[in-house]
Amino acid sequence: MEALFSTVTGFLAASGLYLALRGRTFPVVVGLTLLSYAVNLFLFSTGGLTTNGAAVVGDDATRYADPLPQALVLTAIVIGFAMTAFSVILAMRVRGDLGSDQVNDQREESKEEKS
Amino acid sequence: MMQHLIVLPVLLPLLSGLLMLVKRDATRLPRRGIALVSTLALVAIAVTMVIQSLGGEITYYALGDWQPPFGIILVLDRLSALMVCLTSVLALGSVLYACAGDDRKGSNFHGLFQLQLMGINGAFLTGDLFNLFVFFEVLLIASYSLLMHGGGKDRTQAGFHYVALNLAGSAMFLIALGVLYGTLGTLNMADMSQRVSMLDPDRLGLVKAGAFLLLVVFGLKAAILPLYFWLPRAYASAPAPVAALFAIMTKVGIYGILRVYTLIFGEGAGELASFVQPWLWWFALATLALGGVGVLSSRDLRTQVAYLIIISVGTLLVGVSMNREAPIAALLYYMIHTTLVSGGLFLLADAISEQRGKAGARIVPGRGVTQPSLLGFFYFLGAVTVIGLPPLSGAIGKALLLDSAQPNEQVWLWPLLLLSSLAGIVAMGRSGSTIFWKGKPGDSDGPRLQPAMLAGLILLLGASPVLSILAGPITAFTDASAAQLLEPGRYVQSILAQTANGGGS
Repeated sequence: MEALFSTVTGFLAASGLYLALRGRTFPVVVGLTLLSYAVNLFLFSTGGLTTNGAAVVGDDATRYADPLPQALVLTAIVIGFAMTAFSVILAMRVRGDLGSDQVNDQREESKEEKS
Repeated sequence: MMQHLIVLPVLLPLLSGLLMLVKRDATRLPRRGIALVSTLALVAIAVTMVIQSLGGEITYYALGDWQPPFGIILVLDRLSALMVCLTSVLALGSVLYACAGDDRKGSNFHGLFQLQLMGINGAFLTGDLFNLFVFFEVLLIASYSLLMHGGGKDRTQAGFHYVALNLAGSAMFLIALGVLYGTLGTLNMADMSQRVSMLDPDRLGLVKAGAFLLLVVFGLKAAILPLYFWLPRAYASAPAPVAALFAIMTKVGIYGILRVYTLIFGEGAGELASFVQPWLWWFALATLALGGVGVLSSRDLRTQVAYLIIISVGTLLVGVSMNREAPIAALLYYMIHTTLVSGGLFLLADAISEQRGKAGARIVPGRGVTQPSLLGFFYFLGAVTVIGLPPLSGAIGKALLLDSAQPNEQVWLWPLLLLSSLAGIVAMGRSGSTIFWKGKPGDSDGPRLQPAMLAGLILLLGASPVLSILAGPITAFTDASAAQLLEPGRYVQSILAQTANGGGS
């Protein structure tokens, strides 16, 4: 299970990183979202992977899962969700204001050079 | 009341920020009044905190009465009291300036401003690494919206870069936290510092990787050399009061480095004791050199001030990397000076650009300012102090830092710091003479400085002479803070003593 989990996390992170380095705003936003998924999965696994463990206290529980990473990941998910929503709106605003979805608008920069 | 003092700098801006959301209609709600009262109260609270921390006692506030290391705590020591006080004074100056009209250019400026203050104060006070991440996000999301306050093409583009970089930074922060939690099993900073010394040697590499990742995150916030690219553009395009408040944002990164690498990976950390400082030294020097080049090359007054901030980041980091009492005390004094003065310079650049019409803040002859003698005086004052010419506070800070270097460090530090100051003199002298002397006479009935703007400028730039007059007591305080910072044992003792004795209150 550990090998599968780490492969998935690593693959997600790699795809996220690749997309985040693209030149257009939409892939960048998707890439950052994937990266935050990978990070959430990674954070979830930091307490060790346990199946069938009680999260807090069970009457007849013999195995316990570390509850702290679960709380941390919940916080990280909420924050990541808000940030994604914000960056999507911002990307649309960039498209609307600049008339282009390039992260670095070349036309804008060449105009600045001329002036 | 006194026991709840520590949580007030977080609660007060939160409550006043929420209050501003009650009505969308800004004319119905006296937003300016609330913002001014709340910021003034924050200054009073922060001064009380500094007084309380004077004795050197480290106090903590356990949220929900969950005792450390299990609950989240806010910790008050000399350094955090100093940082909160600095933030509140800077915020008062920016709020005053914003009340002259900048706050009406977009929606709910004051509400976002208060929430950002909450994030900054929380980051300075918290004693829990994950909580530090949460407060970072609070201050970041407020800063995203503040950066784009008023709109405009430039701001949207700079804003997207800023947001994308910081999202990547947050992801790295979480990875670092995950690695450190997985190896050390705790996120309470005092507890972490104890666990590091008892670390299983097999896990040394992992902890080291986590610590370096944290350094990258703090470095991104502080704008160290390879990670500074977002700063000049974001700061130059932000509205003036926001840019002034952002002067403290790079210091949040410096504070993070100072706190984490003296407390958790400080002297008592066994094999990991002070292992990042030698790395920081070279990056800090490179940042200093780059700042000097940037100041000379900028064609806009606001970009120039942004590069002056990079010089100050380099100077501060040099102090951090020397990791002794004298340089840290010097850097704390320099930090007070540079935060207030560069905030004031951003306000001044905006005041100048407003009076020059189309020429704006660009360093071209163009139209002169309406009030050349008043703004010229402020510019002269700001330039002299930010470059570090005696008798103002910049000179004292830099002299203390130069003096604290040991001979083998002097070889590198002295030429670089002095050359970057020289670059500052040349650049500020050139832009001052271009703007004030070469320009055509200004329009005598153009826009004038409003009383609120003047008050903000006086508070922030006027802090410099005050800092040099009070240099004695302030350096005594920064010396004591540095000494406290380099004794992580006492910090841990005062936080974990109760649990170690198997009890608590």
